[in-house]
Amino acid sequence: MSNVDVILKEGLAALDAVTDLVELEQVKARFLGKSGALTELLKQLGKLSPDERKTAGATINAAKQAFETRHNDVRDGFNAAKLAAQLAAESLDVTLPGRGTTPAGLHPVTLTLERITSLFATMGFEVADGPEIETDFHNFQALNIPENHPARAMQDTFYVEGGDVLRTHTSPIQVRYMLDHQPPIKIVAPGRVYRVDSDATHSPMFHQMEGLWIDQNVSFADLKATITEFLRRFFERDDMQVRFRPSFFPFTETSAEIDVLDEQGRWLEVGGSGMVHPNVLRNVGIDPEKYTGFAFGIGLDRFAMLRYGVNDLRLFFENDLTFLKQFN
Amino acid sequence: MQFSEQWLRSRVNPSLSTDELSYLLTMAGLEVEDVTAAAPAFTGVVVGEVKECEKHENADRLRVTKVDVGTGELVQIVCGAPNVAVGVKVPCALPGAILPGDFKIKPTKMRGVESGGMLCSGKELGVPDEVDGLMLLPADAPVGQNIRDYLGLDDSLFTLKITPNRADCLSIRGIAREVAALTGSPLAAWDIAAVAPQTDSKLAVAIADNAPCGRYVGRVVKNVNAAAPTPDWMKRRLERSGLRSISAIVDITNYILLEQGQPMHAFDLGKINGGITVRMAAAGEKLVCLNEKEVALTPDLMVIADDQQPLAIAGIMGGLDSGVTTASRDIFLESAFFQPEAIAGKARALGFGSDSSYRYERGVDFALQTEAIERATALVLEICGGEAGPLTETVGQLPQRSSVTVRTARVARVLGVALAAEQIAAIFTRLGLAFEQNDAGFVVSAPSFRFDIEIEEDLIEEIARVYGYDNIPSDAPVAAQTMLPQPEGLRVRSEVRRLLAGRDFQEIVSYAFVEEKWERDFAGNANPVRLINPIASQMSVMRSSLIGGLVDTLAANLNRKHSRVRVFEIARVFHKQADGSVQQPEVVAGLAHGGRVDEQWGSKAERVDFYDIKADVEALLYPRVAEYRKAAHPAFHPGRCAEVLLGGAVVGVLGELHPQWVQAYGLTNAPVLFELAVEAVEQVGRVQLAAVSKFQPVRRDLALVVAEDVNAATIQLAMKGAASAFVRELALFDVYRGKGVDEGKKSLAFRIVLQAADRTLVDDEVEQAVAAMLAAAEAAGAVLRA
Repeated sequence: MSNVDVILKEGLAALDAVTDLVELEQVKARFLGKSGALTELLKQLGKLSPDERKTAGATINAAKQAFETRHNDVRDGFNAAKLAAQLAAESLDVTLPGRGTTPAGLHPVTLTLERITSLFATMGFEVADGPEIETDFHNFQALNIPENHPARAMQDTFYVEGGDVLRTHTSPIQVRYMLDHQPPIKIVAPGRVYRVDSDATHSPMFHQMEGLWIDQNVSFADLKATITEFLRRFFERDDMQVRFRPSFFPFTETSAEIDVLDEQGRWLEVGGSGMVHPNVLRNVGIDPEKYTGFAFGIGLDRFAMLRYGVNDLRLFFENDLTFLKQFN
Repeated sequence: MQFSEQWLRSRVNPSLSTDELSYLLTMAGLEVEDVTAAAPAFTGVVVGEVKECEKHENADRLRVTKVDVGTGELVQIVCGAPNVAVGVKVPCALPGAILPGDFKIKPTKMRGVESGGMLCSGKELGVPDEVDGLMLLPADAPVGQNIRDYLGLDDSLFTLKITPNRADCLSIRGIAREVAALTGSPLAAWDIAAVAPQTDSKLAVAIADNAPCGRYVGRVVKNVNAAAPTPDWMKRRLERSGLRSISAIVDITNYILLEQGQPMHAFDLGKINGGITVRMAAAGEKLVCLNEKEVALTPDLMVIADDQQPLAIAGIMGGLDSGVTTASRDIFLESAFFQPEAIAGKARALGFGSDSSYRYERGVDFALQTEAIERATALVLEICGGEAGPLTETVGQLPQRSSVTVRTARVARVLGVALAAEQIAAIFTRLGLAFEQNDAGFVVSAPSFRFDIEIEEDLIEEIARVYGYDNIPSDAPVAAQTMLPQPEGLRVRSEVRRLLAGRDFQEIVSYAFVEEKWERDFAGNANPVRLINPIASQMSVMRSSLIGGLVDTLAANLNRKHSRVRVFEIARVFHKQADGSVQQPEVVAGLAHGGRVDEQWGSKAERVDFYDIKADVEALLYPRVAEYRKAAHPAFHPGRCAEVLLGGAVVGVLGELHPQWVQAYGLTNAPVLFELAVEAVEQVGRVQLAAVSKFQPVRRDLALVVAEDVNAATIQLAMKGAASAFVRELALFDVYRGKGVDEGKKSLAFRIVLQAADRTLVDDEVEQAVAAMLAAAEAAGAVLRA
């Protein structure tokens, strides 16, 4: 066994025996440092003949390389262990809740309103708005409901000082919109409305949405199609049965109540609709010979109740966070 | 309108089940609200006659009876009813009978005596009456007949919701006519014969020129027995229509109202002085009505008067004194047509109405009065006897029925289905509408019983109704495609809501009418918009601020043991203007109370404060930056309240609730609130892009010491005013009090970032710019911190 082999064997054994990085570098210095064992061998090459030098040089370099490789392996091993220990020490309980707040949410009637207005937006219906304290003209007369008309008894009205009313329906919004725009008109108008009534199924303030489509040839068939499509999309039931049945509203003629068949096989009234009465069109300066159209009104609270299975209207106005947060 | 199905079927009897009939009516616009059975299901009960009645040997309260049930053999039945007696006819349940509640009748022994059935009370059969004990049947009830047949119990009571335009369907006559039109089933003719006068007695009737009475038909009937009992068949029909039997003559007038749809009134002839005048009431006249209310008559009310005084309010209610009683001997019957406009609204104004006013204000058939009074007279003579006088008819102004044109092409355009002229003609024929046909369509005259056919659209609706709404197609509409506008510079409501919800505010909806106190306390508003007819005193004024509703919601949720409450609302508020008009802007308001975050392991438990809510307000207005100015507001702590200004205009307020309201409204700690005009929150504006500089920015920090009462914004504004064009950013990043800063002072640390668009700044420029800003700050009272 040559001297080189002996030194390498000794060096590798020393590398294998180190217990930390400091010791490792000490061992490296012992063999590859300025006066290390292998370095010393290299220094002595000059004393050899060129032939011997070549052979011996190759041998020593191979030994040096082997030593370095082992040194690097050992060093990497120490580093890996050190990192593993650090990572283990830094480990978290990932099941603890995130820091900060969680978002809150919107009122169920708003969720319903936004869902409905966005459905109608896909058919080109724009959202319109109007005041809640209304004139008798906008709330009644323009809608073909003269004073003393029995239809006024259908809607028990709140009056404010001075003779104006709290709007009893969202229909005055269509009156205002038609006064300002000529057809084609395609709007939905959601909002708060007021009637003198309060029990489990009536609130003195509630929400309605009015829809209106006026153009040159809008027909009752279009009314049926539009509302049926809306109801099926809203309730996400393609096979939902919808029926239209004759009724009376002073502001429409041909008038129809809208019923849907619920999952128990009962017909539920969900809104009113009809072809806009020619008197209403004339009252707002639209020529009923040139234009026809339909209007409809639905109760947003009722739609929210049906959609979310709420059985008491009053829950919507009590603002109990335990109730409201379920919709988040 | 409630009625008996059997009664209707006595006039028109389509081959439809009860359910099918109900569906037909509903789909024709006569909505059936309810159908109930006249009696619950039961079997095995017949008419029995008690032949013998002995005391039970072992029981004081029981009787042992022998009952004839038509089988030829008497049945022994033990009975405990107090009114059992020999000779009474009563319902008798025989063995095998099943009574309501699944009560099975079997032969049994009662205290040792055989009992082969049960004698029944009305209650036991599910048709309660006022008799204590057994239901007593008339003496002529046929023994052995099934009681259901005898009493007509296999009947259903229909309740219709008749819309205001269909007054013609407020009677059996009208509904039968409608059912016949819809089904084509034959309608039994009324064939009402005129009663031949047996006396000359009559009353003179005059209609005043200004009285809107179209027709007044009257008749005297003398020597009636007004105390005669109302026949059972009539009682039954009245009761099944929801009316109680009162006395024979009143019952007859009510019966005619239900059957024919013609309101009638019967006067006691002896109480009438002279003739009858239909006229407007004079101011000062009074009348005590049948409901015993005294009415001060006004000249807009039409009355039926004799030569001395008003006897009745026309079309609404008769007078107490002149009405028929069981003691009346001679009577005067009235069958009139009053114009709907004359009656409309009057019942509401009086505070009471009647079945008559309900029909008159909607429209009574103006051709019906004579037939109705002839039918009533015949019934009076049949039930109460007497001698009828001649019929007198006085005619005033009757409604004019103008003809209505309907174009076949217009029908197709409005309904979206092309109906042939023949189909339309057939529909008019079935509805009894007289018409003439021409090339373009039809000219139709409305019958006297329809008050809702005035224009083409009214007829189009009739066509659609009879054709069937179900039969009109509902193919997807074809229309020009347009896109909706989407203004990029506007933040729509749904974004505002989601922004707040994302910052942990829960949306609420509260009433727009509030307690007047809230307006004073939270808005300093002594003159709110008041409701004339509030539903309750705590809902009597329209709110001008949403703060009350938020505070109320907080209090309610604290009661429900929620300790952390963050809520918001978007709604209109109402501001009365000097000229009496009302401004109704939309506002968005929020409230936060309790911990800054939900109590949790990773965050310190800190109460939400003014600056938390200010951050919410800043986020709501972002990217616009508002100015905040200390303000006084009735709702808020005077030292912790700011007005929010955009472009110099106040757009809202934020602050901590005033301690006095914290106490008064029973809160635990002060919530922080904000309220902003939605209009301000909406305006985001389009992006205004600035060039991005390629050159290095330079940062300098300045720590400035100021007195406690100097606002940070004052110093910042001063510095901003002195800033060079290349000062890109000036921001406050620290406020320090304590060691190194004198008592009563605070140190404000500002970050200044300088960057030019076209060059790298040299040190001199930077130092000069910072020095200029420092000088401005010093001029505003700041001292550079040592």
